[in-house]
Amino acid sequence: MGRGAVPGVGRAYGRAMTRSPSSPGFWRSPLRGPWLTSVLGVVLLGGVTVLFVTGLVSYAAYNPNLASVNDKTPEKGILGFYLFSWPTDPHWLYRLNQGVHVTLGITLIPVLLAKLWSVIPRLFELPPARSLAHALERISLLLLVGGALFEFVTGVLNIQLDYVFPGSFYTLHFYGAWVFIAAFAAHVVLKAPAALRNLRRLREETLPDRVPPDPVPRDPLPSDLVSPRPDPPTVSRRGALWFVGGGSLLLFATTVGQSFDGLLRRTALLAPHGGADPGSGPNGFQINKTARYAGIDPVETTEDAWRLVVTGRTGTVHLSRARLARLPLHSAALPIACVEGWSTSDQWWRGVRLRDLAALVGYDEDPPDVLIESLQRRGAFRRAALRANQVADPRSLLALYVNGEDLSPDHGFPARIIVPAAPGVLNTKWVARMTFGDL
Amino acid sequence: MRPRKPALRPGKPMVRRGVPVGSPFRLLLLGASFALTGYAGVRLLADDWFAVAVWFVGAALLHDLVLLPLYAVADRSVVRGLDATGHRDRALYVRVPAALSGLLLLVWFPLISGRVERRYRLGTGLSPDGFLARWLLITAVLFGAAALLLALRLRRATKQRPPATH
Repeated sequence: MGRGAVPGVGRAYGRAMTRSPSSPGFWRSPLRGPWLTSVLGVVLLGGVTVLFVTGLVSYAAYNPNLASVNDKTPEKGILGFYLFSWPTDPHWLYRLNQGVHVTLGITLIPVLLAKLWSVIPRLFELPPARSLAHALERISLLLLVGGALFEFVTGVLNIQLDYVFPGSFYTLHFYGAWVFIAAFAAHVVLKAPAALRNLRRLREETLPDRVPPDPVPRDPLPSDLVSPRPDPPTVSRRGALWFVGGGSLLLFATTVGQSFDGLLRRTALLAPHGGADPGSGPNGFQINKTARYAGIDPVETTEDAWRLVVTGRTGTVHLSRARLARLPLHSAALPIACVEGWSTSDQWWRGVRLRDLAALVGYDEDPPDVLIESLQRRGAFRRAALRANQVADPRSLLALYVNGEDLSPDHGFPARIIVPAAPGVLNTKWVARMTFGDL
Repeated sequence: MRPRKPALRPGKPMVRRGVPVGSPFRLLLLGASFALTGYAGVRLLADDWFAVAVWFVGAALLHDLVLLPLYAVADRSVVRGLDATGHRDRALYVRVPAALSGLLLLVWFPLISGRVERRYRLGTGLSPDGFLARWLLITAVLFGAAALLLALRLRRATKQRPPATH
């Protein structure tokens, strides 16, 4: 934000110059100025930081370092520096993290759009570069804007199952986030002090007494963002902020319900998993991928055809569903929480503990990692690995029943994995094979 | 006259003659930033570099040179149109519902347009049919509410106006 005036530059623009977007007179809105840009910038600073952190946490939840089947970004190198063993407590950890990531991302869209609108004159700034540092900063701004839009667009498309982006979502959204955050961090270091200073000065000195008489006072701080020949106002600056906030509120209110069940879900009018549940009764809750989508042939899941193959230190055992049902059964109340941000409340699952299955094949004490393979034909996670701490948790089940009934085909009949705090796709459905051992 | 450009920025130029370099702090910071960009960037571009680059740069260009000018021009024509009839102050009653409805369409376009209908039905087991209707309904409510507010405001204004001006 500028603090001084250059004498004489006023001559540089005349009536003819205002036709060019490079001329300050081209931009007529009386709203543009340090105040609006600073407020929106500070909101985004907080919001984007939360998005980035929850994104990194979500990435860690897949345990990408555990096994290659979990890792969609094997070339990540130092970008995975922070990875840790994903815990099983609290059991709603992934549900909360992913709900915040997606819902907040959607809520911030109007703020991002408003911020970009507020600084659009700078895109056409001339001369293109005043110094080497300025030229580099403008390149960095292209990465900042391109990166932000790339992340928001890939995220918004992915939750609507519109996979038009050029590659795997995990790869694009993860590496894209790092490209974006590199530019974002530089931008914050360069601009946040000025933005905070602006807001402090405006709050302390000028703003309160200026608001009532004139709905849009000339921004009291000098800046190239302030239009030299503003149109008469149609809305006050505060009104503009309410407008942006209203957009955020509308998106929030029509999205957040997809992280809850019952009446709240019905309030999510446009979110992908809002509205009604797919069915009624014990198996009526939200589905990640239906049996048909996964290519499950009902013939494969009959009592005669289906056998669970469990392999470990002492060899391999084949278990029919009836045999599994005669093993000690345990219950756990756990949610389904998807990377797409939606989740269900806790469902009451009943089945065989993973650590009891490990014991069947020679791991009586401390259970090891396990590789789980599904009957499903398609899907990036038809094979997935769970870490020893997840196998050992007494709430981690190979579930046969949910809410008192057999699993439905869409929820993974004959048997599915359910692990506290694990991302939805790691709760493998239609389990065919489990291989215990260090991966 | 307003200053066209600020003379001083937080990082003020060090070199005043010859090729300006700029503040060394800014250069170092941007250098560090670009190093990370490069590290992540080669991985982002590893598979289909051209398509990803098009998406990355295209997103910025599409927003800055298409979306923003479009809505700015639309907004300006609404304001001008109302201005011509002497009702400039009513711009908000069109602008707010239109912008909110447009925002919802922008975010949920794949679902509202039905372009992912088959995958959505197969994937979630839910009906893909309601989205367009719900969006239209929300749009109707937004415009209806704006019209109601405007009507109330006009009624109040009429009541408050002294009879002589009728």
